[in-house]
Amino acid sequence: MAGTGTALVGVKRAGARGIIYALATFFALFAALPFAWMIITVFKQNTDLYTRTNNPFLFNEPPTLGNIDLLVTQTKYLTFVGNTLLVAAAVVLITVVATVPAAYSLTRLAGRWGESLGIGIFLVYLVPPTLLFIPLSRIVADVGLNNSRWSMVLVYPTFTIPFCTWLLMGFFKSIPWDIEEQAMIDGYSRLGAIWRTVIPISVPGILTVVVFAFALTLHEFVYALAFVSSSAGKTISVGVTTELIRGDVFFWQALMAAAVIVAIPIALLYNLFLDRFIAGFTLGAVKG
Amino acid sequence: MAVVETRGLVKQFGEGAAAVDGIDLASADGEFLVLLGPSGCGKTTLLRMIGGLEPPTAGDVLIGGRVVTNLPPRARQIAMVFQSYALYPHMSVANNIAFPLKAAKVPKAEQEKKVAWAAGILGIEGLLDRRPRQLSGGQRQRVALARALVREPNVFLLDEPLSNLDAQRRASARDELQGFQRRVGTTTIYVTHDQVEAMGMGDRIAVINQGRIRQLGTPREIYDDPADTFVATFLGSPPMNLIPRNGHLLGFRPEHVAPRQMLEGAGGDLVPIHFLATREEYLGAERLVYGEVEGAKAVARFPSTVDVPAEPGRGYEFAVLARDLKRFDAATGLRVAGPA
Repeated sequence: MAGTGTALVGVKRAGARGIIYALATFFALFAALPFAWMIITVFKQNTDLYTRTNNPFLFNEPPTLGNIDLLVTQTKYLTFVGNTLLVAAAVVLITVVATVPAAYSLTRLAGRWGESLGIGIFLVYLVPPTLLFIPLSRIVADVGLNNSRWSMVLVYPTFTIPFCTWLLMGFFKSIPWDIEEQAMIDGYSRLGAIWRTVIPISVPGILTVVVFAFALTLHEFVYALAFVSSSAGKTISVGVTTELIRGDVFFWQALMAAAVIVAIPIALLYNLFLDRFIAGFTLGAVKG
Repeated sequence: MAVVETRGLVKQFGEGAAAVDGIDLASADGEFLVLLGPSGCGKTTLLRMIGGLEPPTAGDVLIGGRVVTNLPPRARQIAMVFQSYALYPHMSVANNIAFPLKAAKVPKAEQEKKVAWAAGILGIEGLLDRRPRQLSGGQRQRVALARALVREPNVFLLDEPLSNLDAQRRASARDELQGFQRRVGTTTIYVTHDQVEAMGMGDRIAVINQGRIRQLGTPREIYDDPADTFVATFLGSPPMNLIPRNGHLLGFRPEHVAPRQMLEGAGGDLVPIHFLATREEYLGAERLVYGEVEGAKAVARFPSTVDVPAEPGRGYEFAVLARDLKRFDAATGLRVAGPA
């Protein structure tokens, strides 16, 4: 009897694993399909793409590099990429430099007001940019950054800082005070203790902030469209959509190429930090 | 080695009553001094003020005869072990222990020597490459002690370091901790709410309640000669019996009650106690008999080896030696001199 019982449990367990793998495979394909389609489209000739009877996932005509050539030579795509990286790097830097001390002081030094202040700061993030760009455009014009990529460096931290401050607060809250006080007893000043304990322990949180600020900058559209009109200052999100959609003509393959070329390195980069990234989002919630 | 002294130390949080309400305390050199009291009595706040983690509202802290009230923790040459052990989770055990040395900019070779020395004293040489999360509670405690020991501080401050251990482990940890303190001979201030820890380890105990020291003395003095009813009832389990008589409270320990004839040979005057038994608890090594004396609740404790009849519902003629009776003022709770 015991033998059959064990066998039954074994079968059940194998069945459960099978279901989990089937589901995982389904969702992996579901998530990957658009990318696969995009990559195939990048190399398609116009006639192949626009013939309705053709299978969209196969090359019915020989693949071509012409679309990438169009993207690179006939638009300022490389300038857009450069602008995006510059703006993103600056925004990430500003965000980290501002949020680490902000979140620390709100969790450790502001007493019982800290929590409500933190929520208040977070609420600012919920005001939609479609409303905010009107007053902000006035400010951008007043400081003379109209039509400059530095306008985005000025404006993007207004939404990255509130969210990231709130994110880091959850992180700092999970670090026991004892550890910092121990470092102060062990011979460091408060700043020294923060630098040697709080910062290293919250590396996953800071990485989360970096990734989040970077991703927000990358896909931000409204401000970029409102504040920059010359090709030289555009980021990818605005640049490719304004220059590869001319009237009602969509340069589909070049549009796909523009998206895929930035998406793949970022996907690989995120993968490197995936574990820490997940830790960053769950650490505040789960104790221990 | 150093003497720790506090002078009129006060800590007030917000508007309410003071957490620490004017404490004057001086340790002896190399002493194991226990701060004992119920939770919220101010003992941890007092320890944190000695450590420099909490600025006092008034008063002074002196370490080794030097006023350190306004010095940051790092300038006080102290080591502290927190209840949580506060190990640095991102560092190996070796780096945890070396951390205070790094702060003091001790040369690398010297650091390694000191870490090996401290790890040897605590018997954790085999754990140096591990991370704190890979250690058991007892191992963490030893790492925390090694880190406290490594810079050879003037004073150890320990905040309930045994409360995270299970009961079995705690008994052996008490033994280890006291042995360790005797070996290194460093003045130690130890906070606990556990009277067994206090009685078992302390050279002297300061019993604290509501921010004030109620009594300071050796475990024997605190137990046998309590200064007031708080100390009398906080120590001992079950606590001292208090019977109102002639405007005073008459105090006697449960183990001092016995049938008259058993005490007659002990030498000394007997004070009769009419004990009405209501309930009995058999605890293996001893029996607790609950009852009433002159209308007040009382407990008697008999070793299981002695056969004392004590049936619930019946009255017995028990007695207490006069020298074991303490008198307290009914209004203030303070000890009153003189015989019962």
